[in-house]
Amino acid sequence: MDTRKEKFPHGIPGHNLGEIEREIPINEPPAWPINDKLKNIGKRVKRIDAIDKVTGKAKYTSDMKLPGMLYAKMLRSTVPHAEIRSIDISKAASLPGVYAIHLIENKGKEGENKEEGKYPSVKYVGQPLGGVAAESLDIAKDAISLINVSYDTKPFVIDVEEAMKADAPIVFDQPIEQQSDGGDVGETHDGSKGEGNVRGPSTSSFFGGPRGDLDKGFSEADVVVERTYRTQVHTHMPLETHGVVVDWRPDLMTVYASTQNTNSVRNEMASIFNLPKSKVRVICEFMGGGFGAKHSAGSYGPMAANLAKRTGRPVWLMLDRQEEHLAEGNRPNSIQYLKIGAKKDGSLTAIQQRSHGTAGVGLGAGVGRIAQVLYDCPNFATEQYDVLTHAGPGAAWRAPGNVQGAFGLEQAIDELAEKLGLDPLEFRDKIDKSEVRKVERQRGAEKFDWSRRKAAGSGEGAIRKGYGVGQSTWPRFVTLDSSVEVKIHNDGGVEIRSSVQDIGTGTKTILAQVVAEELGLAVEDIQVNIGDTFFPVGPGSGGSVVTGSITPPTRNAAFEAKKELLMMVAKKWETDSSQLILEDGHVTHKTDADKKMTFKEATKLMRTSQISKVASRSDDYEGFQQPWGLAYGDLGSVQFAEVTVNTDTGFVKVDKIVAAHSCGRPLNIGQLESQINGGVIQGVSYALYENRVMDKGTGHMMNANVDQYKTPYSMEIPEIENLIIEEYSARSSTDAYGIGEPANIATAAAIANAVYNAIGVRIYEIPITPRSILEALNKVDQKA
Amino acid sequence: MKNKKEKAGSGSSKGISRRGFLRGAGLSTAGSVLLTSEVFAFEYEEEKGTELGPDASTIQMKVNGRIWSLSVEPRTTLASALRDHLELTGTKVVCDRGSCSACTVYVDGKPVNSCMMSVFDVGDKEVTTIEGIAKNGNLHPVQEAFIEHDASQCGYCTPGMVMSCAHLLDHNNNPTLEDVKDATRGNLCRCGTYPHVFKATLDAAKKLS
Repeated sequence: MDTRKEKFPHGIPGHNLGEIEREIPINEPPAWPINDKLKNIGKRVKRIDAIDKVTGKAKYTSDMKLPGMLYAKMLRSTVPHAEIRSIDISKAASLPGVYAIHLIENKGKEGENKEEGKYPSVKYVGQPLGGVAAESLDIAKDAISLINVSYDTKPFVIDVEEAMKADAPIVFDQPIEQQSDGGDVGETHDGSKGEGNVRGPSTSSFFGGPRGDLDKGFSEADVVVERTYRTQVHTHMPLETHGVVVDWRPDLMTVYASTQNTNSVRNEMASIFNLPKSKVRVICEFMGGGFGAKHSAGSYGPMAANLAKRTGRPVWLMLDRQEEHLAEGNRPNSIQYLKIGAKKDGSLTAIQQRSHGTAGVGLGAGVGRIAQVLYDCPNFATEQYDVLTHAGPGAAWRAPGNVQGAFGLEQAIDELAEKLGLDPLEFRDKIDKSEVRKVERQRGAEKFDWSRRKAAGSGEGAIRKGYGVGQSTWPRFVTLDSSVEVKIHNDGGVEIRSSVQDIGTGTKTILAQVVAEELGLAVEDIQVNIGDTFFPVGPGSGGSVVTGSITPPTRNAAFEAKKELLMMVAKKWETDSSQLILEDGHVTHKTDADKKMTFKEATKLMRTSQISKVASRSDDYEGFQQPWGLAYGDLGSVQFAEVTVNTDTGFVKVDKIVAAHSCGRPLNIGQLESQINGGVIQGVSYALYENRVMDKGTGHMMNANVDQYKTPYSMEIPEIENLIIEEYSARSSTDAYGIGEPANIATAAAIANAVYNAIGVRIYEIPITPRSILEALNKVDQKA
Repeated sequence: MKNKKEKAGSGSSKGISRRGFLRGAGLSTAGSVLLTSEVFAFEYEEEKGTELGPDASTIQMKVNGRIWSLSVEPRTTLASALRDHLELTGTKVVCDRGSCSACTVYVDGKPVNSCMMSVFDVGDKEVTTIEGIAKNGNLHPVQEAFIEHDASQCGYCTPGMVMSCAHLLDHNNNPTLEDVKDATRGNLCRCGTYPHVFKATLDAAKKLS
């Protein structure tokens, strides 16, 4: 084996930082020291595309305008369950300015379950039925309003518990598969198991199935907490809606897409239209938010392509706000039964979990792996059921399943701590084996001043303060199919290319930082061209995989390009390239101070006009937990919440969150803070505000807009303090990982625990509204 | 077209004017749905003015210091005119009903939700968009501070945020955190950039004073 031994920094600075020797492939770059000793890594480097964003110059998919472009609008169902008798498009077709109408018809592929009837059955309000392309968006909207759909309506069911009943209207009477952008990651949601609307259960994950013996575990317990927790459905509501612009020319289909995954959209479009992947190009230069729901081509992608095909013109198809809420993803709700036992010494003896949730017509309504893996416990079992309802399909949302699961688990752990007479942090010190979370608890508690916390409900007066904590874990996923090209041009220019997209997390900037560090240049010297499937395939932006997947090959490609460049210089100086250093924009010689040239001068020595190196993600040093890319370690956090509760009005205000996080080697501090703030704020929103409200009588969403779909604005934003803990594990050439998911997992649980601490009564359901506080305090009658 | 607005603003003697109707309905909740061609036609008929629509009319509008001619239907909002006709796509349409401020522009120096304003109501007033707040090739101090403090993530709310914060600093060079929160209270950001927006704006103010 062509390997060598290399020493790497290992551990947590200020805690247990040391060194570790790893056997690594011989062509891997040398170990980076800790961030303190690096120039561009781990610093507050400005986002390289910020200038485009603050000046309005950034062009998003929705901003595209191509010559001859038409505007499209989708036709959607207005009833939740029906067979379509007929669709009359005659009036719409004769409207001036209308170019094409495309209706979705049943064309089951061979071997698939083909529905009867010309048109697909309607299973939720907002289901796509067709689309219109016209010379303006207004005309397209007019045309949609002129199409008459005649339905044979059927009984439907919206509510999870109603849908579980034996006589409930059935959503699908056949087995179904999880949708490609489904609500959960890494779980097996089997739509063929189960009866009626209740599918599953899913009982295992890639961390394994049930372990130990629950009965034995509970019989050994001195204290037991047994509760049912409920979480709501909420919708992603990215500011830029889902959508595409499709420019389909005879030799190439170009798709401008607002997507988290250019590569998967390319593959999907190629497959649907039976084109080779080489004949489909997907481009996403700027993208206005996704949070998990923008991984596929959706129904709008193929619709725009069909309309482009019919008209021979580029077609713009962006959804409107209402469509976005109805049809393009939501985080499924959950009803979670959780039973946890512990001994007097604080050790956990058993965890039993059973959940039901609905991802509407989709699957993926689980509660994740957090109860399975966050704490040491010998006996564990989970049963996670999907309940089908007549509502829009769920989609992945930041740490799918685990945010719901954390809301239950972290409250139950707090309740156990109280029963055991332990401080919540002290209890977690006993049951959480993670070293980095231990440091996060210590440093976070100090920053937060945890000592302020008093016994639950011990405050006086109408206004009560409360303090709570919640924890998260998320796997270190690596997408092995991650490649990047680094080019050095012979005028000194440096370019990075990959299909990986920057969805606002700052991917462009960290790639530039990595290459600048390797080549001894400034970040501004690096041109980043990504979000285009003409370039090497990068990972999708989901599951916090991007940084851990694409930065190591980026460094490695730059390292290879540097080696080649230095060989040219070595030849000229008649020395060995191992004697040369590339630093601060210059090539120098280790021992001969007279030998010095600028990077730009060095590139003039190149034999060709460019050096181009493509690198793909290599395996982690000394392997993975599982070979498909489940790395060792995890991405964890401890979040502390300070709340004020007005016990007269029931109003809850989150005053402060301290968020202590780890993500391996931090690359860009400002961008990490931004993402943590975002995860926290979405967590505040989940805990207190947002909620999809469905009308059970009509199957319509009642708040499918921005004004009635309550999310936090500036007035509801708590003070947020971030603590980013460096944690070196020496597993790749950058040792860096993402933060998107863990940032969102613990917040709602921490807030719920703080609310309990304030009022002395636990709330088991989110959103925690003024009504739920007043109900808990017996100040108003319980909901019927 | 120059005096179209004045005519519209003169008020009608009988019936209900669109302006009066909007006022009655409450500007904060009146959706763009009210700005239909039907209402326009009705109003101008009442006033014996020029009947507009449903076809496009040519108007002139002053945007970022330049006068543009554009052919727009009566139902066209200012946001649509800027984005679809003038290709000034920095102004974003997110909710299309005045509840997110992504479409914030200045009309005669005052921030408005351009998705809620008829382009015909602009008249001879001057429109400033995100593309127009950098002066003489220099970014507005708020733009500089947004870059410095990483106050954008996906960036889709950023133009509206910048417009709200720049307007604050143009009128108050010593704002408090509460002032900044107040200035951005209508701006929706889904990525959660608010803490950095606050920090950036306060820092820009400090540098200005």
